Order: sequence, then structure tokens, then C-alpha cells
Amino acid sequence: MLRIFKRILTHGVVTEAAPSLADSELEQVGIEVQRIVAARYAGSLAIREVDAGSCNGCELEIHALNNPYYDVERFGVHFVASPRHADALLVTGPVSRHMENALRRTWEATPDPKFVIAAGQCACDGGEFGVSYASCGAVSNVIPVDVRIPGCPPAPVDLLRGILAALRAS
Amino acid sequence: MNRFDWLPAFMTRLQEAQVPVRQAQDDGLPPAKVLDIDPEHWGRAGRQAADFDCRWAGVWADHLDETLAVFGLFEKAGDYLVLRTRVEVATPLLPSHTPYFPAADRPERHVQDMFGIAFSDHPDARRWIRHQAWEEGEYPLRRDFPVAGRSPQTTPPDDQYPFLRAQGAGVYEIPVGPVHAGIIEPGHFRFQAVGERVLNLEERLGYVHKGIEKIAVGRMPQELARLAGRVSGDSTVAHAWAACQAMERALNAEPPPRAVALRALFAERERIANHLGDIGAICNDVGFAFAIYQFSRLREGWQRRNQELFGHRFLMDRVIPGGVDADLAPGGADILRADHRRLAEELELLFDILDDHPSLEDRLLGTGRLQPETARRLGCLGYVGKASGQDFDVRRDHPYPPYDQLAVPVAVFEEGDVAARMRVRMQEIRDSLGLLDRLLDTLPEGETQRPLPAAQADREGLGIVEGWRGEIVCYVRFGEDGRVARYYPRDPSWLNWPALERIVLENIVPDFPVCNKSVNGSYSGQDL
Repeated sequence: MLRIFKRILTHGVVTEAAPSLADSELEQVGIEVQRIVAARYAGSLAIREVDAGSCNGCELEIHALNNPYYDVERFGVHFVASPRHADALLVTGPVSRHMENALRRTWEATPDPKFVIAAGQCACDGGEFGVSYASCGAVSNVIPVDVRIPGCPPAPVDLLRGILAALRAS
Repeated sequence: MNRFDWLPAFMTRLQEAQVPVRQAQDDGLPPAKVLDIDPEHWGRAGRQAADFDCRWAGVWADHLDETLAVFGLFEKAGDYLVLRTRVEVATPLLPSHTPYFPAADRPERHVQDMFGIAFSDHPDARRWIRHQAWEEGEYPLRRDFPVAGRSPQTTPPDDQYPFLRAQGAGVYEIPVGPVHAGIIEPGHFRFQAVGERVLNLEERLGYVHKGIEKIAVGRMPQELARLAGRVSGDSTVAHAWAACQAMERALNAEPPPRAVALRALFAERERIANHLGDIGAICNDVGFAFAIYQFSRLREGWQRRNQELFGHRFLMDRVIPGGVDADLAPGGADILRADHRRLAEELELLFDILDDHPSLEDRLLGTGRLQPETARRLGCLGYVGKASGQDFDVRRDHPYPPYDQLAVPVAVFEEGDVAARMRVRMQEIRDSLGLLDRLLDTLPEGETQRPLPAAQADREGLGIVEGWRGEIVCYVRFGEDGRVARYYPRDPSWLNWPALERIVLENIVPDFPVCNKSVNGSYSGQDL
């Protein structure tokens, strides 16, 4: 146990110390997100992530939002297990036809008012997969979309920027 | 031992079993050898392969004019053998290999759904990849099936799939998914349980089927590499490498030595990034949050270095036909060496903590055990196979450049539990760091890409690489105008997903997440 504490203490908080390209921007975007979340969502924005057909690249970057470098919970953004608890959906992938119904049902299960973010190139416009016998293409072909975050996959900072854009638009 | 020492004995055996075979007249699929077999003998040939201790490694089909060609891939002692047959489109019937190789179960059902080939003697003829996006009796990979499909209306839910049922006092069912509670890919798990104990688990995948094999048709090599890099995003380097290797072999092209070394550098970096993530996530699934923060921190730093030196956090689209699309700048090697040293030091401290943490030991040791014999029968790959005694790694046993110049250590354990699957990952990170240093020490100078020659119609190639999940197989055939006519990627997840159904038996339902994470199959990689 002592060794664990030692590890934790010797590392301190990387969230602020990280030698990064975009950290100051991360802070700026994050603080702005936090301000809107505090004013309009009582300090807590609940997001339900739905993979509607992605290659799982976008999921890796969404996971990264929770790593100690980004730690988006500090800005009041957290990912929840049920659409019933969600203020917003973050949808990745071209919507595969086999997920079409599940995505629509998830959207219906999310209480109003809600907004939808399409994350990643495929979610924006079908990306590498487009529309086919197996793919509906863009998320907006299946449910209404408020904000799009391009990128293959979008980096964590881009994701946070997209969440901010969605907050401003909603 | 020389390559294919065992083949004459196998041929004799086939002869004794009255399976007439012809060695392929064409160049075949080097370095694999190809045997042509008549469809009526297909089943018996499979049985002989099983009796001869071949490992089943894949099945795929290809719609040629009036016939459907079917390929079965087998491995023995690091050599690959392709059995090939043809069935008429009018009478698409073939004996199944599943009775001899349980691993062939879902892949044959995939062929059945996509090509309309019926496998006689298959113990489970239910559809697999098809839900409701296309009708029964339609086969997307037949040539006459339009890419756009035939049913433009919305796709109904697939709520009539005949799952296995369990009955009895106190037996209840837990349906999970396709939309899961966490940030993971979609799939459906149907549990039957008594109290906390799992009696049976049935996986239902195919939710993220997005027509990869179909939309690959007509692509130019560069475009195929991009698509291959998105078969499973976490394995973007490995899948792109397998596809490029297949195309290069089809066209007798050889990428320059520096490109080959850089591909391996990217692939080992991918292995380390994913293993770091998995180790943290496995610990997190038993409530040890310390690990996920530490390992996700290390992973983030690692990926930022990818961005800084090679221009992409996951190295997507850096492996291209004929070479690589990123180079290591002068001074880059020193930065990487320092990274390796630092990571190795940090890991030893962290691994010590994991090794010797009683609550982790309590939850991971003995949990989700996969017996070596089961792993062998299912053909499990990568860390799933290695944790259950399956001593196979393409980099060592069927080495492709640059691994033919490197000694690749392979970490193998016998316990087969979650702890062993984590231990394989820990050891593989150490080993990969060593490989990375050696790759830097021997990094050749020179160009990083060499244009592919134009592809003639019907040139075909087989790519086989060791991704971080295990062996990836890839078949490519070119058609007219240098465009791809057939692309089949076989992710290792095809062979590891079925193991999860065995792994959770007799475990408690709350341990399913950690069992699942220890296997970490790709949904996208198997759904295609």
C-alpha cells in the first residue's frame, strides 16, 4: 500500500504538468465547458456514448478523455451507463444497418431536452464506409444531429471542443 | 527442420484416405502451398488435417464467374497450407470442417451468410453475420448483389434470433447489449445463470457489420490499405500491414528495408499501446483504479509520441502499399530510446505492485480459466492462446521481414486464467521494448517506399502478420484495371471470441466484465 501511495505521490497530478501540444487550449476549452455545464446542467453533463458501427478507433479517443491528462470529469462532463440518465448522446461510426434500430431506440430512450454529437469522420459523413447494403452512413441519416466532430479519429481535444460547440448551440 | 518437411507425410495420408489432391499449377499463394481438392472430398480432407494436428486458421470464399472458390487455411510447424476447392453457384454445397475444427464454426457460417454456400454436417446452421439488413436467400458477396443492397427502407430489429435456451428451477436469463453500459463496441451477450453462477453464455455478434469485404471491391491498393487500417481501429497498423503484405506478395514487390523495419516499429508500438491500455482496464474491472490511471497515463504519453514523430496518435495510414508513409527523423531514435528506457523503469515499479497486491491476486488468479486443450481446439491466438499454453507467434514461427532478422521471444503460460492473460501482456511489453531497441540499432538507411507495379488481373496474395491480438490473415485478389476484386481480413478475434463463452462458465456474472476485458476481442474486426 505504501508503494502505491509513493507511486501516486511521486507522479503528482499529470493533468496540469503534461508536456503537451494543446494543454493550454485544453484548459481554455475545458473551463468554458465547465462554465456552461455549471450554469445550465447544475454542474454535471451526462453523456451516453453509442458506438453505432465504428472501427473502435473513436472509442479509444473517447476513453482517453478520462485519462489523467484530460480528465474531463473535472469540467463536469461524465459518461453514463444508460440513455435514461443522459443529457446528450455521443455517437460514433457510420451507423451500421444492424445498429440502426438500436441507435434509434437509444435516442428515444434519452429524455428531452437532449442533443446529439456525431463524433468522427464516419459519424459525420459515412467516412471510409459510406452508405451501402450494410451501412446507413452518417448518423444524421438515422437520428437528428446537433454537432459534428470530424477526424479519423478526432483527438481528445477535438472531442472536448465539439462538446463545447454542442453546448453553445443547444 | 526445413519448411514443409511434413507435407509429404500429409499427402500420403490424404492418398490413403482417398482424397485426390493436385498441387496448384499456378504460383499458389507463397509462402503458403496450395492443394486443390474436389468439393466432395472437402470434409475428409479437413478430417485428415485435424488428425494430422494442423491448426485451423481461416476459411473464405470468392465468387468467380460460375463458381465459388473456397479456401481453407491450415498451419503446422509454422508452415501454411491452403486447401482450395470450387463449387458451382447453382449447387453451392460443401461438407463442413466444423466437426473436426470447432474454430471453423462461425467463419463457415459467415461464408454461408455472405456467399450462400451451405455446409453439410455443420452442427449449427443458424445465420451468424446476417441480422435483418438483407433478406434470407440474398448473399452480399455474390457478384450480382449490388453494393447499395436491395432494401432501402429502415432495417428492422433482429429480435427473432433463436438463442439457446436453458430451463430448470432457478435458471434465469440476462440479455446484455447491443448497446453496453461502458464505452465499448456493440454486441449481444445472452447469459443463463443460477444465482450468481453462469451456466451458459451465448454471444451474438455482427452488429457492426459494415460491408468491409464488399466495399473493398474496386479499390486501388492505396485505398484498400486505408480500409484495412479501419477493420479494427486498435489494430490499424497490423491490418494495414497484412493487406499491404498480401498485395505486395501478389505483385512480387518488396518494400525497401527501411520501410520494413519501420512497419515493425509501428506494429510493436501498437502492441505496447494496447497492452498498456488492457492491463489498466483489467485491473479497473476488479476495482483497482490506481492501475487504470497509471497505465492510461503511460499510454497517452506513448501515443503523443506517435503524433509528434509520425503524425498520428494510432499511426493510421502510415503503412501503405510499397512501404510506409512516415519516416524517423534524425534524432528521433534517441528520443525513442530514452522513452523505452523510461517506460521500462516505470513498468517494473508498477508490475511489482500488481504482482504483489493481494486484492488483485484474489480476483484475477483462477478467474476465467481456459484450459490449454480447449484453447488448442478453438485455435486461440495471441495472449489468449499464449496464456493457455499455445506456443505460437507468427513473428517467430513464420517470420516475415524484418522479424526474420530478430529473435522474437514468446511468452507462454499454462494457467489460462485472467491473471495469465495479463501476465502475457506484461511480458510482451518488455519483449517489444527490447525489439524496438534492436530495430533502432539496425534501422537501415534509404528510401521508405517503392511504388507497386501495376496489378494484373487475377494476381492474388496472402498476408500473415502477428498483430497485438495475434495472427492476422489477409487474402487479396486483383481484378481488372489494377483494382481489388476480393479482400478478406481474418482478425484473431474470430478465434478468440468463442473462447470467452467457455471462459465464463462456472464463474460469477459480476466477473464477466473482467473476463471479457482479458480477452478483449474486436467486434469490428469480426463483424466486418
